Amino acid sequence: MRHSFIAQNPSVLWFLLALSLFTLGVTVLSEAAGVAVISTSFVKTLGKTLCLCLIAVAMDVVWGYCGILSLGHFAFFGLGGYAIGMWLMYARTEAIVLDALAQQPLPPTPQEVSDAIGNQIFGVVGSSEFPWIWAFADTLYLQLLMIVVIPGLLALVFGWLAFRSRVTGVYLSILTQAMTLALSLYLFQNDSGLRGNNGLSGLQNIPGYEDTSQAVISIVFLWASALALGAGYVFFAWVVSGKMGSVIKGIRDNEARVRFLGYRVESYKLFIFTITAIVSAIAGALYYPQAGIINPGEIAPIASIYLAVWVAIGGRGRLYGAVIGAAFVSLLSSWFTGGGAPAVPLGFYTIQWTDWWLVLLGLSFVAVTLFFPKGIGGLFDYLVRKP
Amino acid sequence: MMNTLLEVSGVSVTFDGFRAINNLSIQFAEAELRAIIGPNGAGKTTFMDIVTGKTKPDEGRVIWGERNISLLGLSESDIAIQGIGRKFQKPTVFEAQTVRQNLAMALKNPRSPFAVLMHKRTQANAARIDAIAEQIGLLDSLTRIAGELSHGQKQWLEIGMLLAQEPRLLLIDEPAAGMTAEEREKTTDILREAARTRAVVVVEHDMEFVRRLGCKVTVLHEGAVLAEGSLDSVTANQKVIDVYLGREHA
Repeated sequence: MRHSFIAQNPSVLWFLLALSLFTLGVTVLSEAAGVAVISTSFVKTLGKTLCLCLIAVAMDVVWGYCGILSLGHFAFFGLGGYAIGMWLMYARTEAIVLDALAQQPLPPTPQEVSDAIGNQIFGVVGSSEFPWIWAFADTLYLQLLMIVVIPGLLALVFGWLAFRSRVTGVYLSILTQAMTLALSLYLFQNDSGLRGNNGLSGLQNIPGYEDTSQAVISIVFLWASALALGAGYVFFAWVVSGKMGSVIKGIRDNEARVRFLGYRVESYKLFIFTITAIVSAIAGALYYPQAGIINPGEIAPIASIYLAVWVAIGGRGRLYGAVIGAAFVSLLSSWFTGGGAPAVPLGFYTIQWTDWWLVLLGLSFVAVTLFFPKGIGGLFDYLVRKP
Repeated sequence: MMNTLLEVSGVSVTFDGFRAINNLSIQFAEAELRAIIGPNGAGKTTFMDIVTGKTKPDEGRVIWGERNISLLGLSESDIAIQGIGRKFQKPTVFEAQTVRQNLAMALKNPRSPFAVLMHKRTQANAARIDAIAEQIGLLDSLTRIAGELSHGQKQWLEIGMLLAQEPRLLLIDEPAAGMTAEEREKTTDILREAARTRAVVVVEHDMEFVRRLGCKVTVLHEGAVLAEGSLDSVTANQKVIDVYLGREHA
């Protein structure tokens, strides 16, 4: 079966090969290897890009294959980031507090330790109490579980309500936007328990590895992100290649017909929506330790719209298209907005790309939709002739 | 006396004040071929919508099978699982997928997401697909993309998908529309063959096609049964003649 899966999906092998070469190449050229052709900050950018590719693959499955244009998958990405961020912040603050209290003549009570940590973390929002949502934050494996449980449950409940009422098309897209907006606005509040607009910070410091340089940590996360992307890619390629792929593509093209074949369309949508949400959350949990900070702005509605733009530009309905789109557009975006692109003087006006990049992105989105509906990934059709 | 497979009784449905189905009662036996004819707006398609769960009637009963299950509380997919297959007027196959994938999706197998995810190709399933493809004359086209098929072939593929579902009742909306004379003949054969082991209900405008089916005919008019019997007897019925001629002269 394994053999036939690879035989039927040769692109999976090519993808894994390219991903391995990329990861090895970056590692060899990194500061951690002593070469420093690629700076640590750029290694982090590349690692983050791999996480964005992973959520793009998930988006491609839910939109490109199953036809659900979710404009809220970044909410799950962000929740994954918050879940890991809580542990990172708790454990690191705990270490600092214990260090400080160790100077005292009397050993601190657990209550004093907890209060001090609470003060450190929540002082910024005028509180020192631990909100109940931090109940598991002191235990790594429980908090790791939360990365999949919380976004998974949210997707399950949201999807169940939406799909059961047969909300489809643009109405569903609007609902998902409302979901991510509501979540973002909620998290902006100081009493949300997640430090309001300050978000969680210092996430690049891994507790227990204070002595390890960021150069090495960046490589570890690059590898972890590559591994997650590879595993996610193979998993989704397997999901969409068999009969499941047939059914969800059928739902995309003619939902009513699939229903008359006896498939419970709602269950399938819910299944796809939820597993893609969980994978998005895993991608987020790997992304934010590399970014170092997460705040509610990350899950603003626009983020999920960008995600759809990446997938559309890369090519819907093919997993490598999503990877290409996410990598290409997000790297290009950081080049343009980071001031890397030279300004274009027109005499009467100078195009500053930090301002004009979004216009360019918008135009390319329109152009791709109108003229290249298959996206960049569609170019491969010209290279690989189908027998 | 044949067993009743589906019993529709006293069903009415109104859309915005228009009574599409008016106290309709109709029955189908376990293995029979039946044609439903009637002028436009007689309620033929609405009748199918009600049986397959797409439309909920305002009143009446729809009772299915030996265990007398009411279909009114079931969803479209549950009704399909009960054993009712439906073919739409416009051929609706999954055009982006191959003929084999279309048939494989329709093949009677567990329908839950988990079972589908873990589904493995088996010899038995492949043999069933081949047998159906042979029956509908698409054995040589199994690897073709369904969107490339001719109109008639798409109609047959859809009928094949219905057969693959192994339903006990097949509802077929205008199968001969847009077909050549040759294709019609073949379609007639497929339907008659299918009706040997199950109930097949064909909604059709084309009298010539109905004559070729050679089966019992039910005439619908303004959402109710106007006449029932052999084609010759219903076409001799004065009420039927009035309805059809009245329409033609209007």
